[in-house]
Amino acid sequence: MDAIFLQILNGLDKGGAYALIALGLTLVFGTLGVVNFAHGALFMLGAFCSVSFYKLITISKQIKDESITFFDAFKEQPYLEIWFGDFGTTIIDYAVPLSILFAIPVMLLIGLIMERGLIRHFYKRTHAEQILVTFGLAIVLQELIKSFFGANPIPMPPPDIVSGSAPIGVLLGLGESVVYPWWRLIYLAFSGLIIGGVFAFLNMTTYGMVVRAGMMDRETVGLLGINIERRFTVVFGLAAVVTGLAGVMYAPILPPDYHMGMDFLVLSFVVVVVGGMGSLGGAVAAGFLLGILQSFASMNEIKSILPGIDQIIIYLVAVVILLVRPRGLLGREGVMED
Amino acid sequence: MKKAPTIKNDILVMLIFSAVILSMPIWLEPLGASYPDLLQKFAIFGIFAVGYNILFGLTGYLSFGHAAFLGVGSYTAVWSFKLLTMNILPAIMFSVLLSGLFALLIGFITLRRSGIYFSILTLAFAQMFYNLAYSVLTPITNGETGLQLARSDPRVIDRLFSEAGEGLPSTDFFGFAMSGYSGFYVCAGLLIIAFFISQRIFHSPFGIKLRAIKSNQTRMKYTGYNTRPYLLTAFVISGMYAGLAGGLMASTDPLAGAERMQWTASGEVVLMTILGGVGTLIGPMLGVGIIKYFENIFSALNEQALHQAYSFMPDWLANIMVTITQPFVGEGWHLTLGALFVLIVVFLPGGIMEGIEKIKNLFAKKTPEPIMLEKPLKKSPETEK
Repeated sequence: MDAIFLQILNGLDKGGAYALIALGLTLVFGTLGVVNFAHGALFMLGAFCSVSFYKLITISKQIKDESITFFDAFKEQPYLEIWFGDFGTTIIDYAVPLSILFAIPVMLLIGLIMERGLIRHFYKRTHAEQILVTFGLAIVLQELIKSFFGANPIPMPPPDIVSGSAPIGVLLGLGESVVYPWWRLIYLAFSGLIIGGVFAFLNMTTYGMVVRAGMMDRETVGLLGINIERRFTVVFGLAAVVTGLAGVMYAPILPPDYHMGMDFLVLSFVVVVVGGMGSLGGAVAAGFLLGILQSFASMNEIKSILPGIDQIIIYLVAVVILLVRPRGLLGREGVMED
Repeated sequence: MKKAPTIKNDILVMLIFSAVILSMPIWLEPLGASYPDLLQKFAIFGIFAVGYNILFGLTGYLSFGHAAFLGVGSYTAVWSFKLLTMNILPAIMFSVLLSGLFALLIGFITLRRSGIYFSILTLAFAQMFYNLAYSVLTPITNGETGLQLARSDPRVIDRLFSEAGEGLPSTDFFGFAMSGYSGFYVCAGLLIIAFFISQRIFHSPFGIKLRAIKSNQTRMKYTGYNTRPYLLTAFVISGMYAGLAGGLMASTDPLAGAERMQWTASGEVVLMTILGGVGTLIGPMLGVGIIKYFENIFSALNEQALHQAYSFMPDWLANIMVTITQPFVGEGWHLTLGALFVLIVVFLPGGIMEGIEKIKNLFAKKTPEPIMLEKPLKKSPETEK
């Protein structure tokens, strides 16, 4: 029972990341009609936003180490600590959450540049060409990051106060053995928040309403005198921010490295396809569903019956869904049916 | 309008192609690319790309899973070296057969969908293979270490004729060693055969049907054709080509690793094909040559070599140039590749062959083009070549 509960939590957690990435991907696809293979790279760039923010605030000055007296020893102390004392230390400790503030403008900018500079020229081209050009872009972004930050994963610690495990077993009356890392719980809550925010934006604001109308029928919306292109550019920026934030907060869970985007890209595409191309709700539902399925498949009890199932379950599900329900779980009629 | 291809024309192209390929060690000498390893790579990736082109070029189905067949071919070949004989003939035969079988299975499932769904399905299968090769299938694939030859391998057929010698045996083709120039000539021979088959497919009624599927599948269906069998045949053929390439890769270097199956490897063959020119006969081969040649040169460059290359400039300028170019060479070769990919798709979707065509038209056009109200439709593929 405990194990199952933990696996569900695990799955929701993983699913949160999948859902966030898939949400961005679907936003782009639903509005712009572009198949964006560079989307995983956006996730990776998000994670590296937190890395670069951390590097930025820990720029250090060499000072003499007073604790060692018998020779001249130097240690590095970040300027922030020199200037603000304990407050500086706290800021550095909270680097990852704070880098959200840094990541939002950066990712927005990256998204807008990407859309204006490259993607917009591909609205009229075939899907194959869109895939190819964004694939090339993904390689470029990935290699740029590699040449700046190196090929090794860079560990990013979460804030001290949440680096331990939460005794959720005690809280929920399941026994003391059930514990779960705080940060993952935070991630789950965070992804819920962002997903809720995106849906609220699309469903409750006039701006979002126009965007949704544009997803349905962009021509008519254009005829009504609305500059739908500009709104879609904003949506692309929004998708980049959502995906980037997913990456920022994921950094303490998985140390960022340059190819994490590619790994997540394939998964998130599968999620989108399972959920139904162009369906936002489907993307979120499929994200959580596949996350949970994957974490159940990695239980030892199941692995002993079906060895290797944890590696392929997601792809297997995708294949079955595509063959049985070609439109995906919640796909709309007439969207990308060949 | 060009004339329809005639048999005579085909044979001429074939002869020129063979001559060019077989004389590669000579005419690549001044370019510094005539050493056997690179030449073998040209030939092997040439087979891969020519085969991929049969699917992507003719039918327009963008598969992101062909690296899986490459991997299957490699593993099969190494197993054949381990169990049967060091002769590559059975190895590549099994490679082709087995990857064809896999292609049949995967194609049967994935070809039920088209467009982006097909791309993602093939991608999903390739990832599945890749993940399995690292986990459950380790007894067959030897996981991360990769499958290697060992002295204690049975090699049943070889044992019938001779005792096990000292050290690891090397692969051969009835006495021709698979390393060095003789290895290249074996690969080149196979490439020429592969090219010949692809040429025949391009100009056969079957090839024309595939093109008809590319230009308009619905129309094709209304005409009364069931398109699936044609697509499946094309998929299996290109899968077999990939298997052959994988088998040859293992033959020239008897080691098979799962990283060959990674989907970025599938991306590479896509790039080679589009760089040269999708759907043209020679294009993929050109793409392979260019990419492999520059990969070889670029990845060997380092800071010192760059400084040397810019030594004719004043020092400060040379330093700036080195700083700019350095991320693109050596380890960063993939960056160049990615950038090239983007540029090609943006500016020259038809690849080099389209570029050549454009230049040709530039010179051929003496009379101004008549003004048309509507832009002419894209030249239909049937009239090409």
